Amino acid sequence: MSVITIERKILEKNDEVAGQNRSLFLEHGVFVLNLISSPGSGKTSILERTIELLGGKIRLAVIEGDVQTDLDAQRIARYNVPAVQIVTRGGCHLEANLVRDALQNLELAGVQLLIIENVGNLVCPSGFDLGENHKVVIASVTEGDDKPLKYPEIFHRASVLIINKIDLLQYVPCDINVLRGNALRVNPSLKIFETSCTTGAGIQEWCGWLKGQVSRQQ
Amino acid sequence: MHEMSIARNTCEIALAHLPADDASPVKSVKVRIGELAGVVPESLRFCFSIIAGDSRLAGATLITEEIPATADCKTCNKQVSLDFGVFICPACGSTEISILSGTELQIIEIELNDDAGAST
Repeated sequence: MSVITIERKILEKNDEVAGQNRSLFLEHGVFVLNLISSPGSGKTSILERTIELLGGKIRLAVIEGDVQTDLDAQRIARYNVPAVQIVTRGGCHLEANLVRDALQNLELAGVQLLIIENVGNLVCPSGFDLGENHKVVIASVTEGDDKPLKYPEIFHRASVLIINKIDLLQYVPCDINVLRGNALRVNPSLKIFETSCTTGAGIQEWCGWLKGQVSRQQ
Repeated sequence: MHEMSIARNTCEIALAHLPADDASPVKSVKVRIGELAGVVPESLRFCFSIIAGDSRLAGATLITEEIPATADCKTCNKQVSLDFGVFICPACGSTEISILSGTELQIIEIELNDDAGAST
């Protein structure tokens, strides 16, 4: 029996393309976020509220990842923000080459903030670098306070946690302090925002942080 | 089911490393999977068997070496095993830890069924 030694990272090809994406973003001075959550946590709603608040102040662009349809890109396009839709046709996460291909349809010159909305999934996207500055994980209170312990990889790899739908706290058995505590056990350096896209609570704080990050990237 | 994508990448790397002048069947492909890599070994083996089926890797076994999560605690200066998904030192409760192992996602080696005797 002959043994051929390889010793390589399995996702080296994805990491290589993510590195190329990152260089391109840096060259254009674009700050990039990779938005990850389970389906229905409010990724697109947070994007809409963010665009409403920052749209006039920061030049934004959006890449939407979905298993099927371009409904999300249509929602974002209503705000006159350049939006490119990636339809994965069953694929459960975005990979760096899909983002690279989407960039063919997006003029990066002048863009200050690019938000990539990943496919709704708390598991699969976590290991695939897209070239972003930060992963942002969104957990809504209706999902319960144990999500960080059940899906630790993504909470560990993210820099920011947005706890969304806080206006529904009174109706659901979710203790926001337990949720925060669980998230910090998995990732003690996580930056946490509490938001409601319905009442607008916390959106100002989130956008304030975002603005600071964008100006640092320029 | 991102294991399908990881299996596809594994097969591509393995195929690229097969010797062009030796058509011996592949006995096994060995990968290393850290506990924190977010990959389910059973799923990966299943996906590998499907993707390998159409190639020179057909019939090969995917051997998964699973690596536990360990860390260096900066506060109590101990090497500790982490409880799954909790990034706090189990000995002293400190959050000042650096991960030593558990994030691996690597392809290690391929074994050929060529009766040539063990070699590397």
